This record gives sequence, C-alpha cells and structure tokens, in this order.
Amino acid sequence: MDARIGDALARLPDYFGNHVLVSVTALLLGLAISLPLAIASLRRPALRAGVLAATSIVQTIPGLALLALFYPLLLGAAALTERTLGFGFSALGFLPAVLALALYSMLPVVRNTITGIDGIDPAIKRAALGVGMTERQALTMVELPLALPVIMAGVRTASVWVIGTATLSTPIGQTSLGNYIFAGLQTQNWIFVLFGCVAAAVLALAVDQLLALIERGYSARNRNRVAAGGIGLALIVVLALIPNLSGGKGGYVIGAKPFAEQYILVALMDDRLRAKGLVATRRDGLGSAVIFEALAAGDIDAYVEYTGTIWTNQMRRTDAVPREQVLSEVAAWLKDRHGIVTVGGLGFENAYALAMTKKRATEAGINSIGDLARRAPALSIAGDYEFFGRPEWKSIRDAYGLSFRQQRQMQAEFMYPAVAAGEIDVISAYTSDGRVAQFGLQVLDDPKHAIPPYDAILLVSPKRASDRAFVDALRPLIGKISVDVMREANRRAGEGASPEVAARWLAEKIGR
Amino acid sequence: MPEHAAIAFEDVSKRFGDAAPALAGVSFTVKPREFLVIVGASGSGKTTLLQLINRLSEPTAGRLRIGGVEAQTLDPTVLRRRIGYVFQEVGLFPHMTVAENIAITPRLLGWDQQRWAARADELLGLVRLDPGYRTRFPHQLSGGERQRVGVARALAAGPDVVLMDEPFAALDPLTRDGLAQDYRRLHDKLHLTTVMITHDVLEALGLADRIVVLQAGRIIADGTPSGMMTHQHAYVRELMQTPRRVAERVGALLDGKER
Repeated sequence: MDARIGDALARLPDYFGNHVLVSVTALLLGLAISLPLAIASLRRPALRAGVLAATSIVQTIPGLALLALFYPLLLGAAALTERTLGFGFSALGFLPAVLALALYSMLPVVRNTITGIDGIDPAIKRAALGVGMTERQALTMVELPLALPVIMAGVRTASVWVIGTATLSTPIGQTSLGNYIFAGLQTQNWIFVLFGCVAAAVLALAVDQLLALIERGYSARNRNRVAAGGIGLALIVVLALIPNLSGGKGGYVIGAKPFAEQYILVALMDDRLRAKGLVATRRDGLGSAVIFEALAAGDIDAYVEYTGTIWTNQMRRTDAVPREQVLSEVAAWLKDRHGIVTVGGLGFENAYALAMTKKRATEAGINSIGDLARRAPALSIAGDYEFFGRPEWKSIRDAYGLSFRQQRQMQAEFMYPAVAAGEIDVISAYTSDGRVAQFGLQVLDDPKHAIPPYDAILLVSPKRASDRAFVDALRPLIGKISVDVMREANRRAGEGASPEVAARWLAEKIGR
Repeated sequence: MPEHAAIAFEDVSKRFGDAAPALAGVSFTVKPREFLVIVGASGSGKTTLLQLINRLSEPTAGRLRIGGVEAQTLDPTVLRRRIGYVFQEVGLFPHMTVAENIAITPRLLGWDQQRWAARADELLGLVRLDPGYRTRFPHQLSGGERQRVGVARALAAGPDVVLMDEPFAALDPLTRDGLAQDYRRLHDKLHLTTVMITHDVLEALGLADRIVVLQAGRIIADGTPSGMMTHQHAYVRELMQTPRRVAERVGALLDGKER
C-alpha cells in the first residue's frame, strides 16, 4: 500500500471527527434559526421578502470568502467582550466556521419551508380552522406535517452544502476533511486531495440518505425506518466524538501556513515535541493573515514565520536595513507589541528573489541584481500573480532602476519550466523553493538590501512564553537548517513525498 | 320562556374591499332542529353567509346571534368546535387516518384516545362505513366514502348546529342522493339544526324544511318548499321551472304516456 494512503488513513479520525462536529453544529444552529424565521415570515410579506433576499445574497458570497470574513469579525467581537465584559473567546476555528456555515445553510431551509407551506391546498387550511384548530394548531398539526417532504428536501440540500463547504474551513483554523485537500494541493499529493474529496462526498451522501430515510419513514408512519435513520445519524456523530473525547485536549497547538515548507516544518516540530513527551495538535493550512492573529491571541502556541513578512505586513516598514538589525527589531517589536517570543532563526531564509538559470547568468556575467539592471532592457521577466503588486518588487525596481523588455504573470508551476527552457530570462522565486535547485537556477544577490530578509524564525505565543519544557523542546531546531537542506526537503515534498517523510529526512539530516 | 332561535341574522352586510357587497342587509332566523337550505347561483353570497355563522368570516355591519348569544362575544375557535362544518371540497387531512380525521374536533377538545377512538367507530357506523376503514388514509377512499367521512367529522363532537357548503356537489347522482337521504335521517335522529347551501334546486326541494333564495347578496324569497313552487318573484319562478318540468315529465312517464 502506498505510504500516503496509510498516512491519510491515520489522519482520518481527527479530520473526519472535526468535520462532522463543525457541520452538525452549523446545521443544527442553521435549522434553529431558519425554521422559526421562515414560519414567522409566512404571514408577513415584508419580512418574507427581506429574509429571502438576505439569505440569497449570503449564498452568492463564495464559501471561502464567507468563512474568511467571519475571522476578523469575531476577532473584533472578542476584543470588545474582553474590554467590556472581561472575557474573550477564541475567534479561530470552530466558532467562525460554525457561524459562517450556519448562515450558508439558511437559504434552502427558509425557501423550502415557505414554498412547502404555501403549496398546501387552501381548502385544507380552511378545513383546519373550520374543525376548530387555532392558527398554531393548524400550523403544527396540518401545515408542517404536510409540508415536511418539501422542508426535508431543503434540509437535505443544506446538509450537503454545509458538509461540502466545511472543507473550506481549514484556512481559518478549523480542522476538517479540507486539511487533506489544502495540504495535498500544496505538496502535489493527489492521493490526499482525492481522499479529502471522496471522504467529504461519502459523508454528504450518507447524511442525505439517512435524512431521506427519516422523512419517508415519518410520512409512511414507519417507526423502524425513522429509528434506523436516527440511529445512523447518531452513529456518525458518535464516531466523530470518539477521537475528540479520547484525544488529549489541552495539549499544545502548532500551526502551519498552506505551503509545503510549512507542512514539513510543523511535522518536524511535532516530532521534536513528541520526542520530549509533549502532546501537540497541528493546525495545518492556516491563512497568512489568520495565523499571526491566532498566535497573538494564544489560539496556537507556535509556528514558523519569516522576518520580512512581519517587517512589511505587520510593522509596515519599507526601509532597507541589514539582516541582523531586521531580526532584532522584529523580535523586539513582537515582544513589546504582542508579547510573542522569538525563539530564534532556523538558519535559512525564504525570501522573494530574482533567479535565472546558472548557464545564462554565467554567460552574461550576471551575479547580482545590479549586474542584471544593465542587461534588463534586452531581457524578459515573469512573476507569480502576487509578485508585481508587492512592495518588494517596487523597492527592487526603484533601487536598481530595473526596466525589462517584457513583463509577464504566470502560474508558479509553469514559471520554472519556462525559465529553464529559455522562454523567459528571469523569474521571481522563493529562495528556499526546492525548484531552485531542481531547475539549476541561480538566485541573484541583492547588495542594496532592497528586498527585506525573510529569515525563518520560530515564534511562541505569549501564553507559552515561560513554558520551559515547550520552548526547550523546540530550541534545538534553531540555527540548524541551512537553505540547501530546506530546499532539498521542499523538493522531496514537491515531488510527491509526504511532508512527514520529508520532515523525517530533514530530522536525520540535521541530527537530533 | 320562548326558545332562542338557533341562528339569527339581523341586517347583516359583508363587503370585500370596494366591490359590490357580498351580502347586503340580510335578516333571517333558523329555528332549532330546522333543516334550512339556502339556494343561489355562484357569487350570490351563499358561502360568505355560511362562513359568517362560524366566524371564518366577519360581518362588516349588522348583528349575528348563535343560540341567543352575540357571535362577536364568542371565541371563534370555541365556537367552531361547537358547530359541525362539511366542506364542498371535503377537506380531509391527507396525513391522518380516517379515524383521526373523524375525531379531530374531539381530540382538539382534549378527549383521551380511548374515548375518541370509540367515538370514531360509532360515527363510522352512523354514516354507514365499515369499521375497517378507521385505519385507512383519505386517498384510499372513493369520493362518496370521503364525504361520508366528512359528515362523520362534522358530527364527531356532538354539535347542535351543522353547516354544509354544497356537500354533495362533486358526487355522481346516485351517490349524491343516497348520501343526502342518509344525512336527512341523521338530522332528524340527532335533533340537529342544519344550514346547507346548494345551487341545485332539486336537492333543496328534496331535503329542506325551509328554503331561502339568495340573489346578489339579498334574500328574495324565504319559505317552505311548497311555498317556493308558487312564489311570484321572477327569479324564483325561473328557478322552479326545471323541477316543475321534470316532475310533469316523470308524472307523465309514470302514467305510461309516451311523448
């Protein structure tokens, strides 16, 4: 059996369990809001139009964006309660995912409830009142039971949507079956991607069919069928709860951004912690903006950041300062502003850089960006979608007076083969990217320090700042990972080895 | 002490929006145990009139008494549980069994299951349906059987007054006549007060103690069936032409005369 399948199976209880819990909670919350809202709007045309319009608009927001929007929203709310009521709450993971997914589930339930009750023969409603039912009795004894098949169709649609969309809650810190998909896409691990998709689809279909069984059983007054459906659903929830109950809650949480290097490093950290007898949970695939806030808020305990990211994104600095000074200023700022501890640099840098093939560079006598500037008018450059919009590009361009013959944007996967084939002369690259070595590229020097340094640094949350056991377990990683070793590990992960395997290779390479 | 009228309309009007009134200054009374049939064309206001009695509709003007009590002072839900109602479209609840449908009003009144189930069985007998029907669903019955259940449901809580909105109009003639005669026997046996509306003059003449003719929201005739045959109002004479012609023809046929 492929090692990646074994790896995927080993993660299933955790990913599946969390996926089920977040989906079920969101669905229950969604139903608890949607059903009363739909019923209340039945005889209030204005409310009804408003509710339908609002839920429709929510549906047009892409799932990923909706989930991402809830994180800053809750972060603000948490800060507010902290200030006014004296307690905060975690804005990461479960809560924003549940709220966004609950909102997402509303349209089919609201619409089908209204349509289902509207579709009942008015003669039946008249008869209900005629035999002496109150409005409320007519609703509960006649209208809701008769509309049930239509309402349940809405509930089933909502459950399929929620279970599918829950895979997108990974970047806001909620573990889900999406962890397979996000990790798999970044490390070219298609088995993981497929595994995540199939698992989510099977779960969605199973819940859909069980709900259908309950609904048909109810309509046919077949108690056994209703019970079978109910037991099936309960079984899924129990299965989901087992790993969450037995799994050591209260352990450490270590985070990773969604790219191969981060998956490898978090596996390496996990390995170190385990070697010291410490239990850690991983939060893979956190968005860049989310992960820093999560560390500051203590939702995660440690992750690997890059000095340049803090320098430009958090401190809003654009000035050129030597490497050592950036590191010390970043560390001081993190400590003063957020209480975050910088344990130290891992020993390599993952910066934006300009790269060309060694062969071309040697032929043209180019070693630095300064050399490049003189030849640039005859050369072409390609960057990823982000690069030309970033402050780093503006500062290189202005510092060296770069002006290329041609400037193109490309998908990163195609940039490397294109420069290797000579179709493009220069590309934007990450210095620790495995493909730099793989395609025989040379990273050009930046003597004017126009690009801030991106030294990989290990950060620990304020909450764990004085936790000696934790910090000491991770400290041996400091200064041990050279850029060549990191590149090789990245290359291995990029070629289909799982991050675990690459991390084990890395661990052996740097020694315990 | 004089007995109260079962139902009394005093100058009752009903208007829907700006349209011509559905009912304009209607006054009449229904005596206890009387079988009153209201005859009128579509749009003459007869369904509106019936719905005013159990407050499915409210009058725009005038007064209405039920058993001597001002209808406006009664809780509509309580009132409806005291009055049987048979709908033209039957209106059985498709998700309930025959027994549950029949016993719906007793259930709303809080009877325990043993009592309402026994009552449902008793009513199945009264409307001449097999007791085995109690667990069937409405869609498993024929049109005539369904309306028998509809009648049983109206009688379940032991009402004094039964309102019938063209109850047999959708049935074939044989079924209709059988059911109508059965109901008339129940009316007498249970000492009911019945107000039935129909556009079928023959049916009215066959069942009623008294007939009220409604045209464009006004009462134009009020009297016994025999009184109707000799009524002078043009519309009433027109109405009575068909039954008269049929009666003459049938009489001739019975005398053995061919055309």
